Amino acid sequence: MPEIRESLQRVKFYQTGTFTVGNRLLDQSLRTVQATGERANAITSGHRACQGCGEALGARYAVDAAMRAANNKLIAANATGCLEVFTTPYPETAWQLPWVHSLFGNAPAVASGVAAALRAKGRTDVRVLAQGGDGGTTDIGFGCLSGMFERNDDVLYVCYNNQAYMNTGVQRSSQTPGAARTATTMPVGKEPGNPFGTGKFVPAIAMAHNIPYVATASIHDLHDLEYKVTRAMEFHGARYIEVFVTCPLGWGSRPGDTLKIARMAVETGIYPLFEAEYGEVTGVTKIRNRRPVEDYLKLQRRFAHVLKPGNEWQLEQIQAAAEKNIRKYGLI
Amino acid sequence: MLRQIDGSFAVAEAVALCRPEVVSCYPITPQTHIVEHLGELVKDGHLKGCEFINTESEFGAMSLCIGSSSAGARTYTATASQGLLFMMEAVYNASGMGLPIVMTLGNRAIGAPINIWNDQTDAMSARDAGWIQLFVESNQEAVDVHIQAFKLAEALSLPVMVCMDGFILTHSYTRIDMPTQEQVDSFLPPFVARQKLDPADPVSMGAMVGPEAFTEVRYLAHYKQLEALELIPKLAAEYDAIVGRDSGGLLKSHYEGDAETVVVTMGSVIGTMKEVLTPMRAEGTSIGAITVRSFRPFPKDEVYEALKNAKRVIVFEKALAVGLGGILSSNIRWALRGTATPVYSVIGGLGGRPITRPSLRTLFEKGVKDQLEETHFLDLNLDVVKRQIDREREQTGSGPAAENILRDIGALRAAKTA
Repeated sequence: MPEIRESLQRVKFYQTGTFTVGNRLLDQSLRTVQATGERANAITSGHRACQGCGEALGARYAVDAAMRAANNKLIAANATGCLEVFTTPYPETAWQLPWVHSLFGNAPAVASGVAAALRAKGRTDVRVLAQGGDGGTTDIGFGCLSGMFERNDDVLYVCYNNQAYMNTGVQRSSQTPGAARTATTMPVGKEPGNPFGTGKFVPAIAMAHNIPYVATASIHDLHDLEYKVTRAMEFHGARYIEVFVTCPLGWGSRPGDTLKIARMAVETGIYPLFEAEYGEVTGVTKIRNRRPVEDYLKLQRRFAHVLKPGNEWQLEQIQAAAEKNIRKYGLI
Repeated sequence: MLRQIDGSFAVAEAVALCRPEVVSCYPITPQTHIVEHLGELVKDGHLKGCEFINTESEFGAMSLCIGSSSAGARTYTATASQGLLFMMEAVYNASGMGLPIVMTLGNRAIGAPINIWNDQTDAMSARDAGWIQLFVESNQEAVDVHIQAFKLAEALSLPVMVCMDGFILTHSYTRIDMPTQEQVDSFLPPFVARQKLDPADPVSMGAMVGPEAFTEVRYLAHYKQLEALELIPKLAAEYDAIVGRDSGGLLKSHYEGDAETVVVTMGSVIGTMKEVLTPMRAEGTSIGAITVRSFRPFPKDEVYEALKNAKRVIVFEKALAVGLGGILSSNIRWALRGTATPVYSVIGGLGGRPITRPSLRTLFEKGVKDQLEETHFLDLNLDVVKRQIDREREQTGSGPAAENILRDIGALRAAKTA
């Protein structure tokens, strides 16, 4: 396992020109889990995610990486949400691992229960993964999530953060950024979109629980995502990874821009990528080609009003927040 | 073995004899002693192979049970009152998923106004949640029924809620004949799940079901509960054969033969009632009593059999369906449909109001003469109620009803003593 981690860590894709650097240029040992014949294919084809769905992509990489780390002995608990709905319209299921869905707000506790059952039965060989979207994780499931962290239950929780309640039709969540248009924060009035100064950055709250491992990742850097999942699986106890995932439907973006938008979120400083162990940051992904926030915003209709005359103050606030992230996490 | 212990400890020890593999815990009065003692039994090594988990809420406690039961572990928790309401989404989910979790409900009132004392409103709030609900009338029954509950739950793959009156049972020290580990082991085999999360045989549990199959899934839940009507007496007989104690089946008739007036109730209040009914019978009044043990599934045929020769039925219940009246009595009326037997609904003991022998005596004396209203509130202080109703009529900003009533009770009491 350590060799795999190191190989994943060694690979850095510095996107230039065509943005098409991929696995084929790499030595076999350095390729992603997805590029190997041994991948678990835990979320198999035929599911019903939208075209360009960032969550489907992120989950595919995260779950298969966790499967490899667990020698394919993995049980997943899933919150209600897009990932649950598009993978399990009865009697179909896209999951090729033992998988349980209970409710919207309880995936962390269900996972804790699975972990407790395994412990009681002495099944140290089986690991537990929980997953959900930002609404299920950081809003309605937040109590259970914090409880799972605080007890340090042996669960890796992966949150696919697309910054709103997409499954119910794009309503604001505690992860919706300032100015963003959602169905409940319409771009009308003097302060169009979501108000500034609200919401919470849950990775930092996870770190405050002093759990063994916390990381943020983005679907534009799938090697990094696989590395972080693999790293997380080396720890026992509560672990949290938040993956920034584009939602073409909710964000009003072209499906073909899914990876580009995720990359821009990181390159602008809007979404910092880092990892932390026991409450301390141990690594950050530096911004190589810094971009102004407009490059991120202009690809998404949810921010269209920000770039219109009269709303310059919103653009400034978003830029200021990105710069704060850059300072705070040392992204340059 | 005979022990003199409190109800909560007795239940904890009975549960421990069932060898649960996961116990989740969140404190709420009056059930807390049960999980406290289980935690102690796990920690001191008496209960081996069990994970005892303190959770952050009742919703978390039941959700944890859902996870552990899905993974094939025998799972237990306990709650009461507000806690049951807080976990309610997961309560429905556990039964929908067919998970054989056993939960004790230390029956307690539901606020507002906040009230920690006993009634059975909490259990009634979950009556349609798909759980089997068994009401016990003594701590000995609580012990016996918990042991049977695990077997019942696992046989049907349905969760079971054992309802015991808060404080009256949970906090009372009584003599308990505790079965031995050997007896429980021979009664209750290890848990084999109908379906479980297992990497060797991956399944997806909790998938979405649309209109094309939802009715059938719900019907199956109903069908399984009806199967419990046969299984509950059968398991009671099996238990009796091993432990040597008849702990009751679907319902219990407390006196031999038919009576003109039959009182129907659930839970511990039958103890006080018998102290009133036995002398009344000795004085020549034709009055009997039954207790409903299994509220869900509701044994309507057995209830009909027990009541078909009665001239009138008095249903005494510690819960109120606001805007309707009695809940148990509505179910009893359903069992007696097609008959002309009057069913009087008596609401009493709400929020821990003492149910006294004199009050019951007056009630039954009126009852046997058909002098009760359709819905009667035992010991209702109509004076204070009228005062508040008048106050609300006269003033728009009349203030909080609960506080006004408390003040009026004080004023009335002062006036009486003066």
